Amino acid sequence: MAMLLLLAIPLAGALFLGLTGNRRWAPEGNALISAATLVAAIWLTGSVDAKGTVFFLGGQFFVDSFSVFLVALTALIGFTTALFSRSYMRVEVQHARIGGGRMRLYLGLYQLFIFTMLLALTSNNLGILWVAMEGATLATVLLVSLYHTAAGIEAAWKYFILCGVGIALALFGTVLMYFAASKLLGSQGTNALLWTQLEQVRGQLDARVLSLAFVFLLVGYGTKVGLAPLHNWLPDAHAEGPAPVSAVLSGLLLNVALYAVVRCKVLVAGAAHSALAGNLMMGFGLLTMTLAAFLLWRQKDIKRLFAYSSVEHMGIATFAFGMGGPVANFAALLHMTVHSLTKSSLFFTAGEAAQKTGTQLMEKIRSLLTLSPSTGWALMLGTLAILGMPPFGVFTSEFLILITAVRDHPWSTPFLLLALAVAFSAIFFRVQAMVFGESPPSQLSPRSSLVPTFVHLGLVLMLGVYIPLHLAQWYNAAAQLLG
Amino acid sequence: MTNLPLELINTCAALLLLLSFAMLSQRRVLTQVDLYAAQGLVLGVSILITAWNTHQPHLYYSAGLTLLLKVLVLPFILHRLIRRLDAIWETETLLNMPSVLLIGLLLVMFAFVLAQPISELATTLTRGTLGIALAVVMLAFLMMITRRKAVTQVVGFLAMENGLLFAAASTTYGMPMVVELGVGLDVLVGMFILGIFLFHIREQFESLDLSHLESLKED
Amino acid sequence: MGTVTLTAVLAQGTATVMAVLAAPLLLGWLNQCRAWLQNRSGPGLLQPYRQIRKLFHKDAVIASNASPLFRLVPYVELASMALAAAIIPTLWTRLPFAIAADSIALVGLFAMSRLFLALAAMDIGTAFGSLGARREMLVGFLAEPALLMVFFTTSLIAHSTSLPTIADGFAHQPFVLYPSLAFACVAFLMVLLAENARIPVDNPTTHLELTMIHEATVLEYSARHLALIEWSAALKLFNYVCIGLALFLPWGLAERPTDPTGLLLAVPALLLKLAVTGSGLALIETLNAKMRIFRAPEFLATAFLLAMLGLLVRLLLGS
Repeated sequence: MAMLLLLAIPLAGALFLGLTGNRRWAPEGNALISAATLVAAIWLTGSVDAKGTVFFLGGQFFVDSFSVFLVALTALIGFTTALFSRSYMRVEVQHARIGGGRMRLYLGLYQLFIFTMLLALTSNNLGILWVAMEGATLATVLLVSLYHTAAGIEAAWKYFILCGVGIALALFGTVLMYFAASKLLGSQGTNALLWTQLEQVRGQLDARVLSLAFVFLLVGYGTKVGLAPLHNWLPDAHAEGPAPVSAVLSGLLLNVALYAVVRCKVLVAGAAHSALAGNLMMGFGLLTMTLAAFLLWRQKDIKRLFAYSSVEHMGIATFAFGMGGPVANFAALLHMTVHSLTKSSLFFTAGEAAQKTGTQLMEKIRSLLTLSPSTGWALMLGTLAILGMPPFGVFTSEFLILITAVRDHPWSTPFLLLALAVAFSAIFFRVQAMVFGESPPSQLSPRSSLVPTFVHLGLVLMLGVYIPLHLAQWYNAAAQLLG
Repeated sequence: MTNLPLELINTCAALLLLLSFAMLSQRRVLTQVDLYAAQGLVLGVSILITAWNTHQPHLYYSAGLTLLLKVLVLPFILHRLIRRLDAIWETETLLNMPSVLLIGLLLVMFAFVLAQPISELATTLTRGTLGIALAVVMLAFLMMITRRKAVTQVVGFLAMENGLLFAAASTTYGMPMVVELGVGLDVLVGMFILGIFLFHIREQFESLDLSHLESLKED
Repeated sequence: MGTVTLTAVLAQGTATVMAVLAAPLLLGWLNQCRAWLQNRSGPGLLQPYRQIRKLFHKDAVIASNASPLFRLVPYVELASMALAAAIIPTLWTRLPFAIAADSIALVGLFAMSRLFLALAAMDIGTAFGSLGARREMLVGFLAEPALLMVFFTTSLIAHSTSLPTIADGFAHQPFVLYPSLAFACVAFLMVLLAENARIPVDNPTTHLELTMIHEATVLEYSARHLALIEWSAALKLFNYVCIGLALFLPWGLAERPTDPTGLLLAVPALLLKLAVTGSGLALIETLNAKMRIFRAPEFLATAFLLAMLGLLVRLLLGS
């Protein structure tokens, strides 16, 4: 029942807002729908907590300890972003960057995007997972080009084509997976693509086929995670879309894409009895984070800067999942959580800052602290959090990943440390200049809405000093599940 | 000794490959759409033959869906789009066609080698065609890389999906119905969105040439 | 395969001589069909013979700096084409000479004749001669791999590189759909057009030196030398058509010359097939315009591609 609500609310909300999104109260309606989704997610979380893995619709949908916290996280960030976009999008309308029709489009597609994310997370069927991932691209691609600027259209086109190609490769991987499975489970019906079924027989699946399938799946879904060398779409799409869209892309889409990769990795690692899948993920992860760290230096646009930071952090998480083992998996799950929270809060703040100063160019954003103390502090704190400063949660997860790497794969430690140091120096000094630097303040000064930002940062801080028992148990259970 | 259905499917596979190459070397955008429709037709017919041969009812639906979507609906939309965009006579300059074709041949060989071990494992009658399906995917990929026109990239994207569908049909007699429906829906919606984009691109840059879309770079 | 008995050798010798003698007839038929298709009355079937006879009656003019090679080449041309005719199954498949050379050697034979022609063209040292030689070699260099691929495909199917064996195998097996053969057939047709200097690659009737390919190589020849060259060109066309018929339309071939009923069927079948192919070629030539010389590599690349696809399809699908 909770599962049905979880999926039905955003879908119905998408239809509803698609029709009525240009009304004055529509942004509040959007927040309300997201709040209802969050309630359903909490309900579902409660039942998973009580009963373990929950199935729905004859096993076609399921939530286990791995997906449950992602479902909760998705619903939470979906809700806070809806709150944030309420004021943010109003300002955009006031500045005449978008009209009523596009507001309707924005709200409808926002709910649709949340729906596809939840569908991907709760689907037991790898084929439906693929469909949901492709649906997420389709839902967000028009959001990226919402402003109809030349750069926005270019970014959206790149996003569409690159992710389209990537996702096509993932479909081929899924076909191969189905092929390997249908020999064991029979091609009649739809059981042969059910993850839970595959997981049970994974030891008997053909290793060669699955290894090949995983290469396709990793490259395919990896494109959406933002893994190098197919990461080019990510900074463009993040920089050109509205801030709430950047926040959900970074906070949700990347996570869910990584979720898809990890789900496949579990099967392949079980079937192949080799470290191939893990090694591939480690390699791609290291490559991605190192490349992103160095590219951070060349950024001029604040949202591109944080987008590259997302690429870097996704690289770290991929690397950690690649290492495997209870500690690394635990750390990776924690990293996904805190990164989502921090990065979405940073995009909120970056959006606020851009609205207040009228530019996204970092060299023109100065003295945020005098312009709006709350924005300035939020940016500073968020930056410290994302850079892995204690006592924030990112520190905990990165620390765990680092010590596991030192223990199991010492060769990778220099790369990790180098990437973290480069990223630190690239981001910190720029943000410092933006927050504290001297410059005549600009005239634009809309009312801030930074409650969601501080809620996120508060959660990240909490996860840094104290992980609630339930959450730790889920993480542990999920880490066990992932092997 | 003769095995007519298999021969027919093999012929279809060969035709698909040929059509992929034809698309790769075709200069006129409109003709490319027609070639895409032809590819869809061949694909649908091959699935139909498989269905008839293996008595799998869901393959009939799959074939019907393919024929409807890829022979009628999508080419129709593309034709309308091209007419609305005044791109009927649009052609593009191809740099060094023979070398592109040679690269295509190498890709085909690569695909065949890649598909070889899987084909051996497959128990389906049509397993040999997996290599061709993979080759069709890769050729569509090559087409997207070498072309600079928006419509061509869209056609390349769709052709890639054709190859994937053929792969599914040849290795496992098609995916579960719910997945195929989902994929079909995604492709259709994607097509609509791409159509909207084509208008945006034209409005913004007054041309459908993608060389305008190269301003977002690291500098 | 080819059992070397006296009768067989005699019969084969006769058949080869007949082929050499009858080859211009095919060219005449092709030109006649083309004339009809273009609403002209046409020169008649025997025009190539008249042309050759006229040329034989003229006095040869040879450039003062021509080397002996230049005089020799027309004979080499005709001899190599006649040799090729001896190993191509036209009427029956048990050819006693076939053991001497398989289809790959046949490609070599064609290459050799082209090489001599190019050498002769450059021998005098005129600008058009070397230009023609260069273009002829370009076409040959692109067409040969395609031709080889066609032969490989058919050889793979028939498990033999010997042309008569392939034809025999195809003629006497139950009907099977071979997509690879369809590719090879189209590729072969394209190679045929290019190698025999037909439209759309070259225009055999052109008088514009700048657009010539084959004609430019023989500009310096006159009288009996030119007659021999033209004769061998007609024989080359005949050979190519017969290869095509043997590979892709082998039905009606008799097995051995001593089988009268088979021969009785084979002769009309061959005539019919030649007539149909000739008119088909005329149709192709009428429907197409000559392409610019720079497009010729694309045309031949397509031929190579098709032949290669045929081979790959054969290897992968076994069909």
